Amino acid sequence: MSAPFDRVELTDVSRHYGRRRAVKNISLSAGRGEIVGLLGPNGAGKSTLIGMLSTLIAPSGGTIRYGGRTADEGGPALRGQIGLLAHELHLYSELSARQNLEFFAQLHGLDAAAVVPAALHAAGLDDRADDAVSGFSRGMRQRVALERALLHGPQLLLLDEPFTGLDDRAVTAVTDRLRRLADRGAIVILATHDLDLADGLVTRVAIVCDGKLVSDEPASTGLRGRYRALVGR
Amino acid sequence: MFLKTALLVLKKDVAIEVKSYEIISTTLFFAVSCVLIFSFAFVKEGEAVNAELVPAGVLWIAVAFAGLLAIGRIFERERYGETMRALLLAPAPRSAIYVGKLLGVVLLLLLTELLLVPMIAFVFHAPLFAWPLPFAGLLVTGTIGFAAIGTMFASMLIRSRAREVMLPILLYPFTIPVLIGGVWGTASLLGEEPSVPVATMWMAILSAYDVVAITLSLWVFEPLMIE
Repeated sequence: MSAPFDRVELTDVSRHYGRRRAVKNISLSAGRGEIVGLLGPNGAGKSTLIGMLSTLIAPSGGTIRYGGRTADEGGPALRGQIGLLAHELHLYSELSARQNLEFFAQLHGLDAAAVVPAALHAAGLDDRADDAVSGFSRGMRQRVALERALLHGPQLLLLDEPFTGLDDRAVTAVTDRLRRLADRGAIVILATHDLDLADGLVTRVAIVCDGKLVSDEPASTGLRGRYRALVGR
Repeated sequence: MFLKTALLVLKKDVAIEVKSYEIISTTLFFAVSCVLIFSFAFVKEGEAVNAELVPAGVLWIAVAFAGLLAIGRIFERERYGETMRALLLAPAPRSAIYVGKLLGVVLLLLLTELLLVPMIAFVFHAPLFAWPLPFAGLLVTGTIGFAAIGTMFASMLIRSRAREVMLPILLYPFTIPVLIGGVWGTASLLGEEPSVPVATMWMAILSAYDVVAITLSLWVFEPLMIE
C-alpha cells in the first residue's frame, strides 16, 4: 500500500467523445479535509469528471495527479485509495447486502468479518443484511453502495449524486458521515445538481457548465443565487 | 494479489449462478437442443451419416453456440449495475479481473461438455470414450481458447449498445482455428483407424492458440476497459 496522497490536481483536463467535447480544459485541485461540490446542470460534464478522477475514464488531454503521481504511475495501490459511488450503484442485485460487502471487502484485501458488520450497521440494514439487493428500495441500495465505497477507508471519495433516493434521515446521516471523513483528512468530491443539499455541506464549490469550469471558490452563503447567475438556469 | 483477485471474481460468479442457475440451465438447454436438431439432419437409420466428422462437428458447433450464449449472459450481469467498473477499481492488476471471468466461462463450458459428450456418444453412436485422455485434452485446450477470445471480446463490448450483434460477429471468425482444431482432432479419434498422434498434434496447435489468445487478452484488457 502506497502512502496516502494529500492532494488531487487536474491540469487542463479535457475529454472528447468523438467530436463532442464533454469536458473542456478544466483545472481544479482538492486537498485533504476538503468537501468539493461539483455543481452544474444535467450534461454539464460532472459525471465525466468523476469518471476521470476515478481512473475509469482516460482524459483526452491534460493530466490528473494524485499527490504528484498520475493514475498510471500509481497503479493498483492508487486505486486502493479511491472510493467511488456512481449513479449506477455497482452492486450485484442477485447477492445479499452482506455478500456484496464481503466480496468488495475481500477485493480490497480487507478482513470481511471485521469490517462488514459495522458497514451493515452504518447502512441501517442489520435486519435485512441477508436479503437480496434486488428486493431493496433505491434508498436502501444507495446506502449499501455508499458503504461499499467507504469499506476500505479511501483517501479520495468520489460521489455522483449521492443523495438520490435517500429520505431526510438518511441524507442527514450521509452528510454527517462525509463531514467526519473530511475531518479525518479524506478528500471528498461530490457531483450534484441539488443545491440545497450541497449548501452547508461543501467547503468549496466548483460550478461546471457545458464542460467548462465557470467558478471555483470557497463555499459561502447565497449559493443558489450565485449558481443561477453563472449557469443561467 | 493477482491470483487471489481472479479467484474472488470466480467465486463471486459461482455464488451468483448458484442463486438462480439461470445461465447453466439455459446453456445446457441450448446445447442439448443443438445436438437434437443436428441429429434430425445427420442420423440415418440410427447411425451418423459420417461416423468421424458428424459427431465431432456437432460437438464443437454445440460448444460454440452454447458458449456464445453463456459468455453473453455472464457479461450482461456485470453490465447491469455497472459492476465491472467497481471491479476495475480494485487494488489489483486489472488483468486479474479478465482471468477471473475467463475461469468462470471455462468452468461453465466444461460443465456443459460433461452433458454434451455422453449425449453425442449416445445419439450418434460415437466412440468418444475410447481415447479419454487425448479427447479430454482436445476439449480442455479448445474450450480455453474459445473462452479466452470470447471473454476478451465480451469485456470489450460491455458498454457497446450493439454488443449482442457484435459479439458473434467478432467471436466466430477469431475462433475458427479452435473449431477446426477441435473438429479435426476429435474426428481423428473416431474413425476406423483412430490416430492419437494426429489428435496430439491438434492439441498442440490448440495449446499454442491458447497461449497466444490469453497473452494477447492480458495485454489489451486494461486499455480496452478504460473509456
